[in-house]
Amino acid sequence: MATATRPLDERVRKTGFLRKLLNRPELGAVAGAALVFAFFAVVAGDRGFLTSTGTISYLEVAAQLGILAVPVALLMISGEFDLSVGSMVGAAGVLIAIPIAEFGWPLWAALLLAFAVALVVGFLNGYVVVKTGLPSFIVTLASLFILRGATIGFTRLITGRTQVGGLKSETEGSFLTALFAGEIGGVPVSILWWVGLVALGTWILLRTSFGNWIFGTGGNAVAARNVGVPVNRVKILLFMATAASATLLAAITVLDAGSADVLRGELREFQAIIAAVIGGVLLTGGYGSVIGPMFGALIFGMVSQGIFFTGVNTDWFQVFLGAMLLIAVLVNNFIRQRAARSR
Amino acid sequence: MTTTKMPTSTPLVEVQNISKYFGQVIALKDISMRVGAGEVMCLLGDNGAGKSTLIKTLSGVHGHDEGKMLIDGEEVRFNSPREALDRGIATVFQDLAMIPLMGISRNFFLGREPTKGFGPFKRYDSAHADRVTREALKGMGIDIRDPSQPVGTLSGGERQSVAIARAVHFGAKVLILDEPTSALGVKQAAVVLRYIARTKEQGLGVIFITHNVHHAYPIADRFTILKRGRSYGTFEKSDVTREEVASMMAGGEDLENLSSELAEFERTDREEAKDRHDGKRRTRET
Ligand SMILES: Nc1ncnc2c1ncn2[C@@H]1O[C@H](COP(=O)(O)OP(=O)(O)OP(=O)(O)O)[C@@H](O)[C@H]1O
Ligand SMILES: [Mg+2]
Repeated sequence: MATATRPLDERVRKTGFLRKLLNRPELGAVAGAALVFAFFAVVAGDRGFLTSTGTISYLEVAAQLGILAVPVALLMISGEFDLSVGSMVGAAGVLIAIPIAEFGWPLWAALLLAFAVALVVGFLNGYVVVKTGLPSFIVTLASLFILRGATIGFTRLITGRTQVGGLKSETEGSFLTALFAGEIGGVPVSILWWVGLVALGTWILLRTSFGNWIFGTGGNAVAARNVGVPVNRVKILLFMATAASATLLAAITVLDAGSADVLRGELREFQAIIAAVIGGVLLTGGYGSVIGPMFGALIFGMVSQGIFFTGVNTDWFQVFLGAMLLIAVLVNNFIRQRAARSR
Repeated sequence: MTTTKMPTSTPLVEVQNISKYFGQVIALKDISMRVGAGEVMCLLGDNGAGKSTLIKTLSGVHGHDEGKMLIDGEEVRFNSPREALDRGIATVFQDLAMIPLMGISRNFFLGREPTKGFGPFKRYDSAHADRVTREALKGMGIDIRDPSQPVGTLSGGERQSVAIARAVHFGAKVLILDEPTSALGVKQAAVVLRYIARTKEQGLGVIFITHNVHHAYPIADRFTILKRGRSYGTFEKSDVTREEVASMMAGGEDLENLSSELAEFERTDREEAKDRHDGKRRTRET
């Protein structure tokens, strides 16, 4: 077998473990997460950051973003953006809440409706992108506004308000509520959903043919198509996955809070992209991982909760987020150049 | 001038009066061509003659606008390169169709990934992919260091070898090679020609595009010449000499034509010189 015992080629320099590590796309985010954790452990360690409550609070924030970041990262690796995920979170939220609160639907039917609509929206996003060849940035920017506007419009038309509340009495005790908004041993299930999705996304990306197609589609769509990759199908499926993940997040938040708000999910599209970029996903596609964006989301969660624990005014959170993004892009750029050159 | 013999059996691939337009551009007009089992068809022509466009319609990259395309005598219309691959038509494209940031073995198997396991545990078999890639490239005289090395970091010739090895590996019926030897060293080019000969012996059809007469002439059974998107004719090898092929490669002008053209250049040069001389005189007069 040529794999394990293969004699080293004389043209190959022995590279150490560390050098190999440096070529991983997620390295920057892992290092960043460690730094951020160390920072808050020192600054806010005695104010509750290190307690299990503190840990769960930032993990929960990270999970809500991380759930979106998995398919968003896969889509970015395939070379496309979805700016409509945030609006989809809001839309899916009221799609779950209104049928229950206004029309007395059972929870499962409302969830089914929300997921079905999400898959259609994702399909339309993808279909328009692959058929017109327009940048997905523009197409999904349009869907961002259309979806948000329609969500606000329909909700006000049907309920007269922009919030739909009072779901708790209808959804309490349901198996589905436990599935999306329950706790297992004090750990919110959203964190488990997040971890599960990261594992699934990593498996798909690295261990399946479809994962190979994602890299190929983002690396060079024309070449991938010429060797038989169904490029359009890959993209459309990933657009459907981002919309579905937005609906999962909506189900989690709506069932947890017992209410839906038309504005929920605002700015989520950018936060998910930030998590992916901090996680080493290349903005131009063709390179990245799912583990990286997981750490990107973790950084996001630790910073947003950590600032709260330090007692610093949380207004500064966005400044920090923007700075992190810039640093991440610079680090990624450096690492990618090394990956392309020194491997 | 067309000396096509009647085919003895159904050709593997045949196009009849194919035309292809890109908006206003007439890329191909009324092209007919065929390749049978165990045959090497050499497609010749100047830059921009339409060779790549023709083989791209054969490999499903774009559909044709007029005419017929037949595989094993059955009319087909490919909607994607995948359909052509499924019919056993593998192509080395002129731009090689590689993903630069992706490793060699993943590029090799892109679109045709080997898997192991069943159902939800079906997964990409990277050990198998690495081994096959390494062996296929060794067969071409290229010894790769690391199958996961990004293709973008390979030399031009190494990249071309990967693309050829891939097409040879997946070409079940017809192998199409669009200038596969342009970046290759003497040794690797010889290997490619030997591959073509072997592929032919195995009963596959080969369509081979090249600008190098020393590569084309020894291996080809037939030459089809394109000129400005039209067919200039198809010639059996027995009917043409190496020199004739060489001149046809330049777009179909024969050498006499060329020499009379050269004479024409000389004449116009002389006249221009004289005009310039006259012009100077005239400016002085005014
Ligand atoms: N997608 C396209 N859109 C418009 N015109 C095109 C397109 N593809 C090819 N053409 C035109 O069709 C003509 C034939 O191109 P083609 O690539 O087939 O030439 P070729 O014979 O392969 O040349 P070379 O030897 O340089 O590779 C060219 O004039 C080219 O500009
Ligand atoms: Mg060409």
